[in-house]
Amino acid sequence: MDSETKPTFSKSTGLPRKRFYRARAHSNPLSDSHFPIPISPLHVDFSLHFPKFVEANSKISKKIEFADIGCGFGGLLISLATLFPDTLMIGMELRDKVTEYVKERILALRRTSSGDQYENISVVRTNSMKYIPNYFEKGQLSKMFFLFPDPHFKEKNHRRRVISTHLLDEYAYVLRAGGIVYTITDVEELGEWMRSCLEKHPMFESLTQEELDSDPVVELLCNATEEGQKVARNGGQTFRAVFRRIAYVS
Amino acid sequence: MEESHIEEGESQNKFEVAPALISVHPSQKSVAVTVGSDLRVFDLIESCAVNLVDESDGPFRKDSIRAIRYGASGKLFVSAGDDKLVKIWSAESWRCLYTVCSEKRVSAVAISSDDSHVCYADKFGVVWVVELDGINEGEVLPSKKGAPLLSHYCSIITSLEFSPDGRYILSADRDFKIRVTVFPKKPLEGAHEIQSFCLGHTEFITCIAFVWNPELTQGYLMSGSGDSTVRLWDITSGSLLDTCEITTLTGHSESNESEPPAQVTVTDICTISNSSLAAVAIQSFQGTLLLSCDLLAHTLSITKVIKIPGESFIPTSISVSTSTRLLWMVSGASNLPGSNHPGFSRVRAISLVETEPSSILEDEQIPGGSKLLEQLQGKVAIEESVMSAAAEAVREAMSSLLMKKQYSEEKREFRKRTRNDKKTTQ
Repeated sequence: MDSETKPTFSKSTGLPRKRFYRARAHSNPLSDSHFPIPISPLHVDFSLHFPKFVEANSKISKKIEFADIGCGFGGLLISLATLFPDTLMIGMELRDKVTEYVKERILALRRTSSGDQYENISVVRTNSMKYIPNYFEKGQLSKMFFLFPDPHFKEKNHRRRVISTHLLDEYAYVLRAGGIVYTITDVEELGEWMRSCLEKHPMFESLTQEELDSDPVVELLCNATEEGQKVARNGGQTFRAVFRRIAYVS
Repeated sequence: MEESHIEEGESQNKFEVAPALISVHPSQKSVAVTVGSDLRVFDLIESCAVNLVDESDGPFRKDSIRAIRYGASGKLFVSAGDDKLVKIWSAESWRCLYTVCSEKRVSAVAISSDDSHVCYADKFGVVWVVELDGINEGEVLPSKKGAPLLSHYCSIITSLEFSPDGRYILSADRDFKIRVTVFPKKPLEGAHEIQSFCLGHTEFITCIAFVWNPELTQGYLMSGSGDSTVRLWDITSGSLLDTCEITTLTGHSESNESEPPAQVTVTDICTISNSSLAAVAIQSFQGTLLLSCDLLAHTLSITKVIKIPGESFIPTSISVSTSTRLLWMVSGASNLPGSNHPGFSRVRAISLVETEPSSILEDEQIPGGSKLLEQLQGKVAIEESVMSAAAEAVREAMSSLLMKKQYSEEKREFRKRTRNDKKTTQ
């Protein structure tokens, strides 16, 4: 009933319409952020994100385990929500309007679906390249997703790429041993870059072909996200790198 | 009001005011002061000025030095700054042993306790490491290059410190965080294992220092920030043990003067070895605070406020040797706007013997006396108006460097309109 009054929502599906959430394709991760940043993971009120998981002490009953970094329009989160109904997951997106869209989309899905579906997913607007440790504790995550990130072709902009040796140190910190990093891109050069960063990093190892085949998440990388569908429509190639965080002593 | 502050900040940029810094040898054999590009060292054993010998044929630039420090053993001294050169000196012969060229301006330096590695942080948040192959006196070595060790994503690193046991390297930044990283066996391959993040400050962090005594295996970390607090941390878990508010106190001690500032910035912390005491310098406070740290109860408290009477003296940097209980302080700045003079500095010292009341030393009581002051200050008499102008310039430069710029909605819209990618279509 609420959606009927909002012109930005589709009348037939009750979901927000993308055309009202147009945003630029890219955002500068280096610029100073002007959105609120939690002081530490203890300061984030996740009860607002996952109201169905709130316990008597007004805290959520479990911790977030999956993080979709640069979640875009949220396609992957929505597929994962029903695949792992008992796992809490969060999308992180830098672009304000896109985050707003995903938020509305999740709320609409919660309203229109039966049962308590989509209660386990949410989204925050943040710069995950800067503030990952402000959201997650050490070893909290079991999966991290980096799907179709901004390629930043110019060499002087390579440090803006979301996968780099130094940023992998931080991702390794929030991932538990055995946790998995999923990356995919349609840009060959970036695919090679992400794979080589992960290969060189002492805290990650590549998954074997059998492990990839038996992981139900792997096929979602291509076909669950809006970017992935666009690539498939245009008959483009994709480049995937899936690595495991391993125990490590320096 | 915020708007006017921003514009001031922007117009100040070209001057690049740098605070005067001081560092004293761990056994008080010498003391070094830097103002702008000037590095001045005084030998306290021979009681004479030190002549620095730099035969390196690297690029010669002159720009403000932003970080100086002695190694824990007292054999090495490092200076670095806006000239993008890290100079590693012998603290005995005062010969420049190595010159390391950095790609960016350097904001902090640290020396490992065994003198085997020097780390430096650049203004883009990358910490680099240089391996030293021994201290070869009298030999001119080729210039070295640093290897990237770790990175804070595009944040200015304000302080670098090794843990007392050498296991960790700690880096503090303007984005309110302190990162504790395991210092690896092969540092040239990078430091990938993060032990913890110390999160709790609500403004940029300016300084970190360890409270340590031989009975402690690890030591505790103290940090000072622009949020007018000093905090105590357990670095293994990253947990905040205690927070000591500085605002109320300076407000109290300056109650007879005009309105105290809402937030004060802690500019420097100096822990006094084998004690649980630390001296703290605060922006706009004439003197120093002594904090005491109860290592069993994990609490921090202010034990003493030492106000320097008379002249305007707001320390920009403080240092103490491990062997004596003399707190050395410097106040001053380089490149003051509207002044042709390259920089001013004033050196003072306070005796901090626990059994006696702490006393502020008169100029003639300072080790080295007027000879030392002449070397480190440049000239002995400095006008008071210059000193307060310097303190104010340092405060402004620091907030424009480390505080996030706040733009009003209209200004942000205006900036969007003048965006480069939109200009072509108009």
